[in-house]
Amino acid sequence: MKTAEIAQLLNEPACAHNRNEKSGCARTKPGATAGGCSFDGAQIALLPIADVAHIVHGPIGCAGASWDNRGARSSGPALYRIGMTTDLTEQDVIMGRGEKRLFLAIKQAIDDYAPKAVFLYSTCVPALIGDDIEAVARAASARWGVPVLPVDCAGFYGTKNLGNRIAGEAMFKYVIGTREPAPVAASAHRPGIRVHDVNLIGEYNIAGEFWHVAPLFDELGLRILCTLSGDARFHEVQTMHRAQASMVVCAKALLNVARKLESDFGVPFFEGSFYGITDTSQAFRDFARLLGDDDLAARTEAMIAREERSVRAALEPWQSRLAGKRVLLYTGGVKSWSVVSALQDLGMTVVATGTNKSTEEDKARIREIMGEATKMITDGSPQALLQAYRDHQADILIAGGRNLYTALKARIPFLDINQEREFGYAGYGGMLELVRQLALTLESPVWQKVRAPAPWHATPPAGDALAVAGAPDA
Amino acid sequence: MPEILKRAKPLAVNPLKASQPIGAALAFLGLRRTIPMLHGSQGCTAFGKVFLVRHFREPIPLQTTAMDQVSSIMSADENVIEGLRVLCEKSRPEIIGLPTTGLSETQGCDVSRLVREFRRRHPEFSTTAVVPVNTPDYSGCLESGFALAVEAIIDTLLPAGAGREPAACRSRQLNVLASSMLTPGDIEAIKGWIEAFGLQPVVLPDLDDSLDGHLIDQDSTPLTLGGTPKAAVAGLGGAVATVVIGRSLHKAADLLQARSGVPDFRFDHLLGLDACDAFTVTLAEISGQPVPPAIERQRAQLQDAMVDTHFMTGSLRIGLAADPDLLVALGQFLAGVGGEILTAVASTRAEVLADLPAACVCIGDLEDLERAARAQRAQIIVANSHAAPSAQRLQVPLLRAGFPLYDWVGGYARTWAGYRGARQALFDIANLFLGSHHDIPVHRSIYRVGDDGDAPPRAPSDAGLVHH
Repeated sequence: MKTAEIAQLLNEPACAHNRNEKSGCARTKPGATAGGCSFDGAQIALLPIADVAHIVHGPIGCAGASWDNRGARSSGPALYRIGMTTDLTEQDVIMGRGEKRLFLAIKQAIDDYAPKAVFLYSTCVPALIGDDIEAVARAASARWGVPVLPVDCAGFYGTKNLGNRIAGEAMFKYVIGTREPAPVAASAHRPGIRVHDVNLIGEYNIAGEFWHVAPLFDELGLRILCTLSGDARFHEVQTMHRAQASMVVCAKALLNVARKLESDFGVPFFEGSFYGITDTSQAFRDFARLLGDDDLAARTEAMIAREERSVRAALEPWQSRLAGKRVLLYTGGVKSWSVVSALQDLGMTVVATGTNKSTEEDKARIREIMGEATKMITDGSPQALLQAYRDHQADILIAGGRNLYTALKARIPFLDINQEREFGYAGYGGMLELVRQLALTLESPVWQKVRAPAPWHATPPAGDALAVAGAPDA
Repeated sequence: MPEILKRAKPLAVNPLKASQPIGAALAFLGLRRTIPMLHGSQGCTAFGKVFLVRHFREPIPLQTTAMDQVSSIMSADENVIEGLRVLCEKSRPEIIGLPTTGLSETQGCDVSRLVREFRRRHPEFSTTAVVPVNTPDYSGCLESGFALAVEAIIDTLLPAGAGREPAACRSRQLNVLASSMLTPGDIEAIKGWIEAFGLQPVVLPDLDDSLDGHLIDQDSTPLTLGGTPKAAVAGLGGAVATVVIGRSLHKAADLLQARSGVPDFRFDHLLGLDACDAFTVTLAEISGQPVPPAIERQRAQLQDAMVDTHFMTGSLRIGLAADPDLLVALGQFLAGVGGEILTAVASTRAEVLADLPAACVCIGDLEDLERAARAQRAQIIVANSHAAPSAQRLQVPLLRAGFPLYDWVGGYARTWAGYRGARQALFDIANLFLGSHHDIPVHRSIYRVGDDGDAPPRAPSDAGLVHH
């Protein structure tokens, strides 16, 4: 990929990170860098497309430690969970045999697994030795009649965010707009309900959480043409250009897809979240608004009223246990505000939130939701997080999996909010899982036991033990 | 000697292998107040970190030189110097491990020269040792990367020409070179075993001390919270002997012997009665003490378990997949209790594979394991957590071993080595076998009459009764 192309992706005009002088995706510092590379980001963004063979072209370091390690669920094919890599050897690198191996690898994948399409992810080593994966993809497509498309995402191009955008760009360049959606099945038509086609962008169906929300889309007559990329199929991605509206779910990173769908195909979009009651309801209202269907708007309000009533009743017994608990939130970007809303729905207090990856817009939103006094944390090192936890007398840390053991080692309650987690928190139903998990860690009896010193290290004043033992009713 | 089947497929499917840089990082994590920094793009480190965090369920200190597009093409030398400087300044480690990756090796970086350059430019950080090691991920596997790092640690931290300390032959210190197949639980058991003979073990690298999973008084540390101290590596020459566990460490052991002059005793593994006995005999010889009664008792317990479980382990049709040292350890152990190693898959070639008691061993991936296990009708497979979907498709139990173990709490702490470890492994295998035992299909004679009607036949196990 050329430097100019990378610069263009970094300057994603719809990304609020880029309103300041410096680029939204800043350069990394040796010895003080956390987070994944562009290949990581591209793979995360596309891997949940379930009926595709995802081939990682590179030595084992790239796929060996990363295959099948995400929580995205599929309702059908499981091909995406099969790890595939060319596992380049030293000979391949020195003799320049990478392209040939890749070409044959594509054939093997097609022969053995009959994928609907093959995605090729380039990595650092083949990028450095100049393997032309675009040419290989073209040749393989022509030879075997299965769509094969390149995702040029060498890790050294930059951060995970950039990789997300590269992935979105690849979908736009090679996939979106290559097929027309099938007509709505006769059996799915219901009297009085007009079907609208919509997209969800940046929703990954972690732990199957989107299935908390999906039935409500069906109920309202919103046909999801494609979710990019949770539980998606290749043919669905091909038809995204025909949607009447898109929602960008909790991720700035695939904003380029939404923006281009709008500029090239006139598909309007909004940004929203399915975390929390308030935000979930807002997302449905935004769809009704963008689609301009009064009947849909009325049915949406009725659905919201019913769902909110029912979930609030179900949350009632938990509320007294969670209300007033103090939360330190450390998550990337947009989640910093989307989760806040869910926690406030529960009566919890967010005492501080991480804004390392948030945009100015996100921060404004945080101030709006939480008030001007909100403490924003930019240093995400374990030491800084723990210091903030103590300074603000928090009761729980909510953060990504990478901070899980930081919290546990420091003997503090923790809730995992990122991609690797095993529980789904989206939608009204997800709130119930969220409160269960919050209460489970907050109220666990283990904290007290692991914080107290061993009895032989607790030093009571001299003679105390004897005095107590001697007291008749002690 | 098994036939070794070379990799024949252009595409690796469901990889078994983890990379050399991760193995090297793991070795460095067994040193005290240490942090490894991979010389590559930030993803190399991010993937490695997630891999190790999920396996050990511990925070893992691991940094990166963060090569980007410009430094990948022009030069990343400054990234190394700057990264070392930042780490020294921030947390004053005793040791920084500096493994390379496929990216920096393809670029052609001379990492040893860069360490010398760092020394020249930053004499103020002379108390921090820096151990460079070449570990491209286009060769080898986790085990070989680990072994290369152990060799590099000895090369850097044990001065050349130090020789054997004069009083060493009367010393109670016993060095242990521990391969990546040994878990923190294994190393803990080995230490106890050695101490039972009145000897003091110094383990390199000591993953038991750093990654056994224990709460500490401090809330957090940017470095390893335990492990072999730098001074202990420098003091390896003061030992009465060295025991080397794992064939992958032979090159490191050769170097240690040449540098320290300490005689060594080499074992391929410590799994199963024969291997344990060989180790016990050696400890008795080195220490000049009789075998303690407690160890005699553990041995007798293992023998009892072998007798009890031989009904389940005998003729058990087994599929194995692991890095070479562990593969041979498991293979010899299971063959030693009557199991049949029908399918063996190794992540890479290694000399030790010649000693695997199987007809052939294939250099390959978990797809190879699954196919062969299906064809050979394996009854159990032994492999890492990635094999869980394979086991499900094969409808056979999975005994988890190797790296990574992310769906099994405490996998890192499991003890395989020693009499007790082997006993528990036998119990577990036997239980997995019992749990998946297939009953003989019921036969209902055409001549039989009775009140069963058309109800489907019920096997006795449906009643929940034990019937063996």
